[in-house]
This record gives sequence, C-alpha cells and structure tokens, in this order.
Amino acid sequence: MRQISELKLKVLDLLKEDARRDPNLLATLLGATPEEIAEAIAELEEDNVIVKYATVVNSSKLDDEKVTALIEVQITPERGRGFETIAERIYLFPQVMSVYLMSGAYDLLVEVEGRNLKEVASFVSDKLSTLESVLSTKTHFILKKYKQDGIIFEDPEEDRRLLISP
Amino acid sequence: MSVNSQDVENNSKSMTSYLSPVVREIQPSGIRRFFDLVSGNKDIITLGVGEPDFITPWHVREACVYSLERGFTSYTSNAGMPELREAIAEYLYNSYDLKYDPKDEMIVTVGGSEAIDLALRALIEPGDEVLVPVPCYISYSPITSIGGGVPVEVETFAKDSFKLKAEHLQARITPKSKILILNYPSNPTGGIMTYEDWLPIAKVVEENDLIVIADEIYSELTYDHKHVSFASIPGMKDRTLLVNGFSKAFAMTGWRMGYVCGHPDLIYAMLKIHQYTVMCAPVMGQVAALEALKNGLREKDHMVESYNQRRRLIVQGLRDIGLSCHDPQGAFYAFPSIQSTGLSSEEFSQRLLMEAKVAAVPGNAFGGGGEGFLRCSYATSVSQLNEALHRMGQFVHKLKQG
Ligand SMILES: Cc1ncc(COP(=O)(O)O)c(C=O)c1O
Repeated sequence: MRQISELKLKVLDLLKEDARRDPNLLATLLGATPEEIAEAIAELEEDNVIVKYATVVNSSKLDDEKVTALIEVQITPERGRGFETIAERIYLFPQVMSVYLMSGAYDLLVEVEGRNLKEVASFVSDKLSTLESVLSTKTHFILKKYKQDGIIFEDPEEDRRLLISP
Repeated sequence: MSVNSQDVENNSKSMTSYLSPVVREIQPSGIRRFFDLVSGNKDIITLGVGEPDFITPWHVREACVYSLERGFTSYTSNAGMPELREAIAEYLYNSYDLKYDPKDEMIVTVGGSEAIDLALRALIEPGDEVLVPVPCYISYSPITSIGGGVPVEVETFAKDSFKLKAEHLQARITPKSKILILNYPSNPTGGIMTYEDWLPIAKVVEENDLIVIADEIYSELTYDHKHVSFASIPGMKDRTLLVNGFSKAFAMTGWRMGYVCGHPDLIYAMLKIHQYTVMCAPVMGQVAALEALKNGLREKDHMVESYNQRRRLIVQGLRDIGLSCHDPQGAFYAFPSIQSTGLSSEEFSQRLLMEAKVAAVPGNAFGGGGEGFLRCSYATSVSQLNEALHRMGQFVHKLKQG
C-alpha cells in the first residue's frame, strides 16, 4: 500500500463531508493543482481507501421505510480460520449491510435491512441461526435513527449569528 | 445612509443635554449602521460576520453544563480562577514563548473588549494621543475618546499587505503620543506581522517611550506564518499589554471570555478598575475557557485548517471576479479593493446587498484607508461562499458593463 500523504488525508476529509465536490474546488481549497488532486483521488480509489461514493439517506423521510436490525451473533470459531469463514458466509447475504467482529459479550455484530419486520425475522431464523457454527443470536430492531455516519438527522446545529457583526 | 441615532435623538431630545459631550459626539459604528439595512432582508448570504461559524465545541459546552450541575455559580477571585490563569500562562508560554506570572501579571476579562477598555482607562490622561493603525477594528477610536484620549490614525496600505511601517508610525508621533494599539492578525485586513516586520516598530516604540496595547485576539488564526507576539520582541514585554481571548480561536464569542497580561504595575491598576466595574468574569465562561485550553487545541487546529481552505477559495474567487485582493495571512477576513468598479465602498456594499443579496461590510467602517475596500468574512460554509462569490461575480460583471 502507498503512503497516505497529508494531501490525501485532507482530500478524504473534504470528500467525507461532501462526495460531490469536484477536483477543481478541492484544488482551490487545498492550495494544490487539479492534477495533484486527480492523482490523489485516483490512488485512493486504486488502493481501495475510497471504496465507494455513497449517499446518506434519512429514510424516515421516505414512505417505503425499511426495517433495520442489529444482531448480536455468538459463534464457535473454526480451527485454523477463526471467524473469517463464518463472517464471509454471513456478509455475502445481500440483506446484510455490515458485519463487525467485536470484543466482549458476543462475536459478530450484523446489521440487517429488510422491507418489514417479518422479512428480517425470517432471515434471522432461517438463514442466520441455522448456520452450523452460530451458537446464538440476539436481534435488536432500530426504532429511530438520530445520527448516522456523523450526520445528525433531525436537528442540525443552525447558524444563529447575526447577519453583520464586528 | 440615514443614521438611526437621528430617531433616537428626536424621541428623547429633552434628555440628550444631560449626556457627556464625548458620548454625545460618538457616532454609531459603521457596522451597526449597515446592520440596520441588512436586518429583515430575506435570503441574504452574509460575508459580514466577524465571528466563527463554528459552534463552541461540545466538550466545552458540556463542561460548563456539568459545572452548573455541580453548583459553580459564585464570584471568582477578581483576576479570575487561579487554575484558568495558570492554564493561560502555560498556553502563552507553549504557543508564543511568553512568560507571564499568573499571580500578578494577568486578569481574566469579559472578552478582549473589556481588556482593551481597561488598558485605555488605566493609561490615558486627558489629551494623550493614542496611535491606531488603520483600517482597524471599530472600537479602538471610540473607546480612546471615551477615555479622554485622542485617537491618531496611522495608515497602512494594501501594497504593503497592510503591515504597519515604521516610517508611517514615526510620522504620526508627537510629544503627546503615549499609546500604540496593535492588532495583528488584523480585523479587517487579515494582515499579519512577522518577527522582521516587528523589529523596526519596536525601535520606534522604544525611542518614543510608547506603551503598546497588543490586541492579538486572532493569534491562533494564521496560515502560512506562525503568529509572533509583540511582547516576545526583545525589550517589549514590559511596555506591552497583551490582549487575547477565547472568542475567535475557540469559537466562543458569546461567552465573553478574554484576558490581558502585562507588567504587574499596569495589571494592578487595571485590576482596580475591573474589580469596581465587573468584579470578575462570569464563572461559567471561566470554566468553559479552562476546558477549551485543556482539551480543545485539536479542535482549534481543525477549525483553523477549515478557515485556511476557505481563505484560498475566497481570495481566488474574488480575483477571478476581477477584484484585486492582497493575500490575507491571518484572521478570517479578505479585504478586496473595489476601486476598479468606480463605486464608493458604502455604495458598493449597499447595492451588492440590494441587487445581489450578499452582505459584506464597507471598508470605510474601519477608519481611514478603508475607503475603496470591502470586508468579506470567510467564516462561512464552502457552499455559502461559493454562492456568494457567484452572486458577486454577476454583480461586478453587470457594474463593469455599465
Ligand atoms: C480585533 C478585535 N479585537 C477584539 C474583539 C472583541 O473580542 P471579544 O469577543 O473577546 O471581546 C474583536 C471582535 O470582533 C476583534 O475583531
């Protein structure tokens, strides 16, 4: 992997704020040339540091609100491969949004998204808990998202300054 | 522009004769007058704000809330909480190589504003001349007058990046000169002074036995050069009252937290005024300031990086529009010249506001030498800045087409 330069870190910060900023704007903001920015972005993409440009959606604003659950999973690790094989089996399911290996009371934290409660429930009972090395699951449904990926959904802090001040 | 004080005068005509002549004479600030125009206007993008667009970092707010829960609601010692003064001393030493004794060389004040007022009140004898490099922060001249002094403007120029030049300072010195107010990084120009820039100024100060009030409230907000405190120039510490505070560096304008450091004799005199006027700075603010100094330096760095990015954006943008703009090296203001448009700064700002819905402060609000310039604060989001620049571009284009 290439060394992450300071310029790249700053590019990342700015793109994390707003992925749609174009290289010319980034160049001006960072005092670099558009070519340097383009090269930095290209390398970040090549090295899989930038994995994807995503949109954070406040789905409570949509009619077809989805159901999200966080599932604590306890498993027996496999000899030789530890948690890798089972994690892979789980993350390959398209319903699964994220999988984290955790320290503490359980092993994997699995985020699952479905169209409704039933869909998530049947995923857990049919697919997840029937996997051989899965010992137990504990499903927590998300009732409301207040903040995600650093973005506060409901009450972003507003600008309360006067229009003119000394 | 019509001045609101006119109405005030009409409504209370019978009472104005009671006012002290000095106060009667003081004009409302150019910024305030402009504010009257702006308020009520909808959809305005503002480049007129002299304060950070960040909200005080949460850990600082939280520390204050927690202290309230624990009942920190009483007076503190007049000069401020000892822990806070010690933290300030440590910070000044680490950042600017300044050694102040927190016991008798420092007062925690109600904003840098109170510190400036204390300094002038403690020093001025009626008729003393106070040298003020212009364009400058709006309150120096009025406070000087209120204190019985006579403000004397020393011009600085765009071609010098608004640095103060020793020959211009020297030219204004008379037997009555006593105080020099320095404000670098500067509001409104964004100009800074380097160590080399300071040396000839220090010589003039020494030779003419001046006392310096160094308002370094923007000291953390410098970009290509680190701030050099005037008090750190050899021989200057004893003749300098260093004013600084939390408003700009830590996004804490509303907390009203500042401080002043200097020779114990001067600080002792200022403390007398301070204790009889405000007793002490508010305890909530002091608790918050302590938290900011102890745990807020990383957030501060992050804010500075963000200002720097926007500085590049606005300077580039203004130049693309065709307005010449020196490279501001500190604070968060760009100070472009609008002379090429043929309008006065007051007319330019008013029309920019009415026709393009962008608010910026006319340069003449900042005293001599400000005419023909515009103060544009870039303490606002990238998207707002982009939109403001876009609108200004169209406006200037239209002007130049006639
Ligand atoms: C140069 C300068 N000095 C002092 C102040 C006042 O600072 P404070 O909020 O600490 O009173 C300001 C605020 O705009 C300023 O620009």
